Amino acid sequence: MAKRVSLSGNEAVAYAMRQINPDVVAAFPITPSTEVPQYFSQFVANGQVTSEFVAVESEHSAMSACIGASAAGGRVMTATSSCGLALMWEMLYIAASSRLPVVLAVVNRALSGPINIHNDHSDSMGARDSGWIQIYGENAQEAYDNFIQAIRIGEHPDVQLPVMVCYDGFITSHAVENLEMCEDAEVKAFVGERVAPYSLLGENPVAMGPLDLPPHYFEHKRQQAEAMRNAKKVILEVAAEFEKLTGRKYGLFEEYKMEDAEAAMVIINSTAGTAKKVVDKMRAEGKKVGLIKIRSFRPFPAEELVAALKNVKAVAVMDKVDGFTGVAAPLHNEVRSALYGAAEGKIVPGYIYGLGGRDVTVNDIESVYNDLFKAIETGKYEVYNYLGVRE
Amino acid sequence: MNREMIEKYFRKEQLPHIWCPGCGNGIALAAIVDAIDSSDLDKEKICIVSGIGCSSRASGYLNFDSIHTTHGRAIAFATGVKMANPEMNVIVITGDGDCTAIGGNHLIHACRRNIDLNVIVFNNNIYGMTGGQYSPTTPKSAKTATSRHGTVERQFDICDLSRSAGATYVARSTVYHYRHLTDMIKGAFKNKGFSIVEALTPCPVQYGRRNKLGNPPDIMKELKESVSLTDSSKIKIGVFKNESEPEYTSEYHKLVEAEVGKYE
Ligand SMILES: Cc1ncc(C[n+]2csc(CCOP(=O)(O)OP(=O)(O)O)c2C)c(N)n1
Ligand code: SF4
Repeated sequence: MAKRVSLSGNEAVAYAMRQINPDVVAAFPITPSTEVPQYFSQFVANGQVTSEFVAVESEHSAMSACIGASAAGGRVMTATSSCGLALMWEMLYIAASSRLPVVLAVVNRALSGPINIHNDHSDSMGARDSGWIQIYGENAQEAYDNFIQAIRIGEHPDVQLPVMVCYDGFITSHAVENLEMCEDAEVKAFVGERVAPYSLLGENPVAMGPLDLPPHYFEHKRQQAEAMRNAKKVILEVAAEFEKLTGRKYGLFEEYKMEDAEAAMVIINSTAGTAKKVVDKMRAEGKKVGLIKIRSFRPFPAEELVAALKNVKAVAVMDKVDGFTGVAAPLHNEVRSALYGAAEGKIVPGYIYGLGGRDVTVNDIESVYNDLFKAIETGKYEVYNYLGVRE
Repeated sequence: MNREMIEKYFRKEQLPHIWCPGCGNGIALAAIVDAIDSSDLDKEKICIVSGIGCSSRASGYLNFDSIHTTHGRAIAFATGVKMANPEMNVIVITGDGDCTAIGGNHLIHACRRNIDLNVIVFNNNIYGMTGGQYSPTTPKSAKTATSRHGTVERQFDICDLSRSAGATYVARSTVYHYRHLTDMIKGAFKNKGFSIVEALTPCPVQYGRRNKLGNPPDIMKELKESVSLTDSSKIKIGVFKNESEPEYTSEYHKLVEAEVGKYE
């Protein structure tokens, strides 16, 4: 039976790690993710898990050690934020292309510089094309649930890819919330044992990471892309199984009051909570507003999103990161290209908000919906917008 | 630290500093400032480079040209500063983690090149800023956030490491021995080559508490008693190496001039 507990997001994820009891955790501290390996090292010290905990000398080494352990057939996880993720960069690509299902909690924090410890999505969004699955969550419950599901998604035979489980620094990582935790035995049964299709120290000797020149490199990349496509179906299958266990429903994204929505918002992580409040308020005033919260950003659920947005007239795409493309931020880009050929005159502006931990209020969010209604009425709007910045 | 020095060298709007009560970082910083004040360095040509950590926050308090860089990379940034402008007196303020864990590679290679940098390591034997995880200088068996039953790993001796890697001025002192520490830093400024001063400094909050070392004055007393200038059964303080060897930027520019000269 599930139990109600009050935990911070980081505690919840560390508890999930305890319940999963991985073979190896290799980590290096960085705010605001430090607590995850911190709590976990306590579980190791107390003998509550049988995992090996390796305190390495940098994130580059942390991911390298994770890759080594995963290549040896282990179930492996770690956590990081901001510059820590940036320092893992080289290794992110190695993990993905070696098809090693490492699970990484990314506690989202602004990427330097200037140095800033608060939340935005510039760290994980920078790693969006590294070949990792990226799953985002609004609150501690979702961080916990996503972390457990990530094991099954990444290790699925049709996928075999590493997974980032992302949640907002401080807002989710440090705030204490009530959530439902599974029993240890339930998690144990749900995740099972890792079955690596091949591994170092397996029955037959394998060569990992050899030079891969023009005769095969392209095919390997193609297979990697195929695995990412497969992940979409697997994410849904795992979610269905998880729902049976817990009653909590997950998909590629969450639709909130979208049925007859005219103006919608696409958003990621904790600000979805603020936005849902605004949706409720505006709905009470008779305004047809809705919200889509992306859960799986990689793979990106393009077709599904097009279907979900079919009837809206205007949709604001919210990015807690600037893309510096001069055109649009990452989620905005993604949504617009998904809608290419299916936009049917839809109004699709982007809003960059909350960089470096700038507060986002219900008034800010309401102003975005109001912009959308104005755009529907007049046909006039700005495509590229900043919310809550001093000009 | 007297008012006059604060007026002269600090960014007053950044004060008070945010180090914990009982932290030794303020003393180490004061020693650097005293050493600068009493040295013949051109004050207009000083650049302070720091990494990330409690110690590395020091750069933000000083009213010199300064770069607060990323974790572990202070020496690499400083190498760039020095190469671009060899006239600069480059002072690196770093922590034991910053300098020997994530940035350990830069340390040994800067030593090897004998580039004219002055590195002051605030060694508190712990990652202070991130909550007390063990660092490469944490003594064996010490309790930290990542070694609750005692650290198993062996520790680096920063001075031995730097000396073997090729640094030409190597010294150690403590924040208890303020005058001595200031002299060690002044010695670093005099050396044209890679200089490193290891300043032993207490972190009562992340290290002291976990290892039941008592309150900050007790820890200071313990620090005083654990070191000696002469007694080899204790941690030695003093100058371990002070030798003149060809300095990297000068050698580099000599070579450039010679090569360019061939075509003139
Ligand atoms: C790439 C990267 N990884 C991790 C961190 C987090 N971090 C900040 S300070 C620090 C350790 C600082 O220890 P030390 O250098 O000994 O300095 P102290 O705080 O003890 O003075 C860490 C791990 C970071 N800022 N950047
Ligand atoms: S944590 Fe330790 S090193 Fe950092 S300011 Fe506090 S006492 Fe000083």
